[in-house]
Amino acid sequence: MLLGYTITQWLFGILSFLAIMFALMVVFSRNPVNSVLYLVMTFFCIAGHYLLLNAQFLAVVHIVVYAGAIMVLFLFVIMLMDLNEESEPQRSWLNKTIAAIAGGMLLFVMVGSLKGAGDLQLNQMGHSDIGLVKNLGKVLFKEFLFPFEIASILLLAALVGAIMIGKKDIK
Amino acid sequence: MLNGISINYYILLSAVLFIIGAVGVMARRNSIIIFMCIELMLNAVNLLLVAFSTLHNDPSGQVFVFFIMAVAAAEVAVGLAILSMIYRNIKNIDTDLLSNLKQ
Repeated sequence: MLLGYTITQWLFGILSFLAIMFALMVVFSRNPVNSVLYLVMTFFCIAGHYLLLNAQFLAVVHIVVYAGAIMVLFLFVIMLMDLNEESEPQRSWLNKTIAAIAGGMLLFVMVGSLKGAGDLQLNQMGHSDIGLVKNLGKVLFKEFLFPFEIASILLLAALVGAIMIGKKDIK
Repeated sequence: MLNGISINYYILLSAVLFIIGAVGVMARRNSIIIFMCIELMLNAVNLLLVAFSTLHNDPSGQVFVFFIMAVAAAEVAVGLAILSMIYRNIKNIDTDLLSNLKQ
């Protein structure tokens, strides 16, 4: 107990603050390479949230898939295109202001709509083990077996599609 | 309950992350940044799904997040392939220049 808050609440606050700050940096950073690196940091913070929520397997998968695979793909493409601060197109201030106002109004509506929700507490430090590989695997291969197989077909189709699109000249 | 964090805070955090992503899509012109902001929005939704899965002690929510990750990976692969093809053709990925369908 520090200053009346538990360790979990402190961790939640710190991780949330970092995630939001890094997310803002993604949007405001001029250099696309910096944006990618800030997004990786955001993903690490979200993985910390998953750990806090007793979703250990998802936290590991999140780091491997997002920080390890997807963001490296982004980085490769950005470096392939040789994007930097000078070549970065900028929207006019009017457009940016309109975007900020629209986002603020959307946040207002979302926060307003959750005011009526009850104050349900999460039992994070409980001995809930639904996030472990064993239990998640049982659910995945019993209840969600068909969607799992469909997902593999989707990934295969995406693989073939990406190669076909990326080819220089299609005979 | 001493250790609990109210689900309201998770809803608020996810809403803020989602809206940062939405504002990024509206305010930027670089297609790759727009893609990254879409990833941010997907992650906000994933976080909320995991929070509700823990709240109800139900693993289905986490399996859903698993599927969303697979779909996001497929989306990124195809999307980046399309972007690199566009870059090869017009040497730019500014969204305002991608208006060939209008003409």
